[in-house]
Amino acid sequence: MKRVAIAFLLLLSACGPPHVTVAVGSKSFTESVLLGEVATQLLRDAGLRADHRRELGGTRIVWDALLSGRVQVYAEYTGTLRAEIFPTSPDRELRDLLAERDILMGAPLGFSDSYAIGMREEVAQRLSVRTLSDLLAHPDVVLGLSHEFLERADGWRGLKARYGLGNEVQGLDHDVAYRALDTNEIGAVDLYSTDAEIAHRHLRVLVDDKHYFPAYQAVLLMRRDLDPNAAKALEKLAGAISDERMIAMNAKVTLDRESERAVAAALLADRLAIRSTGRDPTLVERIARRTWEHLYLVIVSLVAAIVVALPLGILAAKRRRIGQVVLGAVGILQTVPSLALIVLMIPLLGIGRLPALAAMFLYSLLPIVRNTATGLIDLAPSLRESAQALGLPPEARLRLVELPIAARAILAGIKTSAVLNVGTATLGALIGAGGYGQPILAGIRLDDRSQILEGAIPAALLALFVQWLFELVERFVVGDRG
Amino acid sequence: MIELAGVVKRYGATVALGPTDLRIERGKTTVLIGGSGCGKSTLLRLIVGLLVPDAGEVRFEGVRVTPESVTSLRRRMGYVIQDGGLFPHLTARSNVALMARYLGWTEARVEARMTELGGLARLGSEALARYPRELSGGQRQRVSLMRALMLDPDVLLLDEPLGALDPVIRSELQDDLGAVVRELGKTCVLVTHDLGEAAYLGDVLVLMRDGQILQRGTVDELVHAPADPFVTRFVRAQRTLAL
Repeated sequence: MKRVAIAFLLLLSACGPPHVTVAVGSKSFTESVLLGEVATQLLRDAGLRADHRRELGGTRIVWDALLSGRVQVYAEYTGTLRAEIFPTSPDRELRDLLAERDILMGAPLGFSDSYAIGMREEVAQRLSVRTLSDLLAHPDVVLGLSHEFLERADGWRGLKARYGLGNEVQGLDHDVAYRALDTNEIGAVDLYSTDAEIAHRHLRVLVDDKHYFPAYQAVLLMRRDLDPNAAKALEKLAGAISDERMIAMNAKVTLDRESERAVAAALLADRLAIRSTGRDPTLVERIARRTWEHLYLVIVSLVAAIVVALPLGILAAKRRRIGQVVLGAVGILQTVPSLALIVLMIPLLGIGRLPALAAMFLYSLLPIVRNTATGLIDLAPSLRESAQALGLPPEARLRLVELPIAARAILAGIKTSAVLNVGTATLGALIGAGGYGQPILAGIRLDDRSQILEGAIPAALLALFVQWLFELVERFVVGDRG
Repeated sequence: MIELAGVVKRYGATVALGPTDLRIERGKTTVLIGGSGCGKSTLLRLIVGLLVPDAGEVRFEGVRVTPESVTSLRRRMGYVIQDGGLFPHLTARSNVALMARYLGWTEARVEARMTELGGLARLGSEALARYPRELSGGQRQRVSLMRALMLDPDVLLLDEPLGALDPVIRSELQDDLGAVVRELGKTCVLVTHDLGEAAYLGDVLVLMRDGQILQRGTVDELVHAPADPFVTRFVRAQRTLAL
C-alpha cells in the first residue's frame, strides 16, 4: 500500500508544469535570489529553457540540491565552500575538491562578499565601539544573528572563539533582525558586506581587527552534466558584477521594491547588452500561478491521503488491535510540527514538490483514519446486526450500509485534512514547492507587507472556500436523512 | 424446521442459555416468552447466527448454522428487531429493496414484490418514499416487516417487534401482524414478554427462565397444567390482560 502511494505521488508530481532543461537554484536571501535571476535570464537569452528555483533555503540545502541534480546551477561564495562544505581539506584547491564531485566552478563574478558585524551608528558612537575587539567592553550588547551564521563553522562559533566574546545571542531571520535593531531589542547584527541596508540604515560595520572573516568571492557552481551551451552562456558573467554594482542591485530590490527580475534584466542590458524579453507578471497572473501551485499540492496530497487513510480507517475499525497501532502511528506523525516534517523530507526526497507532497500526505492521514474508524465503530449495533441478519456478506455490508452511514464522520475528517493542508502548503515554499507561501517568504525577506498579504489573503480565502465546498458536498451526500 | 441440540451460550462467566434442546415446527408460530434476561432473545439470535453457540448446534432445515453457512441461510430467514434496525441513509423503499437489489433482482420484480408487501403491511408508496426518521414508530416496524419478508423467507424471526410502541398502535399492529402471519402461513418465531401478545399470535408457547426452557405448550396447557410453580406465577402476573 505504501509503495503504491509513493508511486502515485511520483506519478502525479511528474505531470506538473512542462519539463525544464536547466534548473537554477538560489538561497533564501536577496543577493542569492538576484544572482539566480541573472543566471536564469542569461540562459533564456541563449535559447535554453531555464527555471529559477527560488529561495530554497540555506547553503546545505542548495548544495545538496546541486549534488542530487535537482538544480544544475547556483551562485556560491568561495569562503563558504571552504568553511562550510570542505572544512576538513583546508590545503587543497577548491576546484579539485569540486571536480571530485562532478561540479565545475565558473570564473569569479567580480564582487566579493563577506560577513561582518554591524551596529546602529548612533549606538556605536555612544558606546564608542569601532572594532570587534571593542565589543569586549560591552558584554551587555545582545547580538541578533541569522540562523545560518549561528550554525556555520566560519560564523559565530569561530568569531566568538577568536575574539573571546561572551555576549548574549538571539537567532533571528536576517531580515527580521534589522527591525529588531531599529527597536533596540538587539544591539548588533551579522551583515553581508554588500548589504544595501548598511548605508540605508546608517549602520557602522565593525572593523575585523583580528582578521577573522575571509573575503568571499562570488562564483557560479555548475554540474558537469550541464548542457555545454548553458555553461558557455554563463561564462559571460565572469567579472560582470563589481562590489558597487552588487550593493546597488541589492538596494534596488530591498529599498526601492523593484522586482529581482527587473533588476537582473537591467544588469544584463547594461553590462552584456542583452535585452530581456520577459516582463514582470501582473498581480492576477502571479496569484493565478500560485493558486494552481497551491491547489496542486493540496489536491494531490489529499487524494493520496484519502486513498491510503480510508482503508487504514476501516482496518482500524475492524481489527481493533491493529487499529491501536495504526492510530498510534498516524497520531505520532501529527505531533511532528508541519515545518519540521517538511524539512525532514529533504534528505529522503530532496527539494521541490515531492517532499512537500509527502509531508502533507503524512500530515493529513490522522483526521481521515481517525474519523473513518470512529464513524464505523460508533455505528449502532442494531444497524450492524440488521445488515448481518439480512444476509449481506461483509464486503457488501461495508459498502452499502456501514460506510454510507459513517459518511458524515468520514467527510468531516477529510474536510479537516483539506483545510489543514491549505495551511501546511504555504510552508512548501520553503523547499521550492511554490504556492502562496512564496510571496509570504519574499515579503518577510524584503519587509514588504503588501507581498505578505499577496500570499496570506488568498491562502485564507482558499481555506474558507475549501470549508464551504465540503459543507456543500456534505449536504449533497448526507441529504435529507439529517 | 429449526432444531437446537444441547445449545449453550455464555457471556463470560454468566450462562445466558442452556444447555437447551428445542424443535420449531414448520408452519406454526412459536413464541419465546419470559422475563428480561431469561435467554429468549439469545435463543433467537443464535438461530439467525448473530451469536455462535459455545456448545451444541443449531440446524436450519437440517443444515448446521455456522459462520460459513449463515450468510446464505439468513436469506431464507426474515428478522425484525425492536427498533426496526432501518438504515437511516436509505428511504423506506430502498431499505426494503436493499437485499433483493444486491441479489440482482430486476426493478420490475422488486416493484411487484414491493406493491404486494405494501398491501400486506398496509403501507402506501408515499410513506415508502420517506426516510426512516420521517416515519412513526409503527410505520417503521411495518417497513421492517416488509424488509424481512422481501425475499419470501421460509421463517420469520421477530425479536420484540412491538416492544417500543404505544398501546394503541401496538394493538393495531398486533392485529395486522397476526393477519400477515396467518395469511402467509409461514413458520414464525416471536420473542415477547407479553403473555397476551403470545396468546394472541402464538400456536406454541415456550416459557423460559434463567436460560432454561420451563415449559413448552399451548396457553391452555400453561394455565391448566403448569410444569413449574414459576409458570403459574408468570401467568398470574399477566392475568389482567385479555385471556
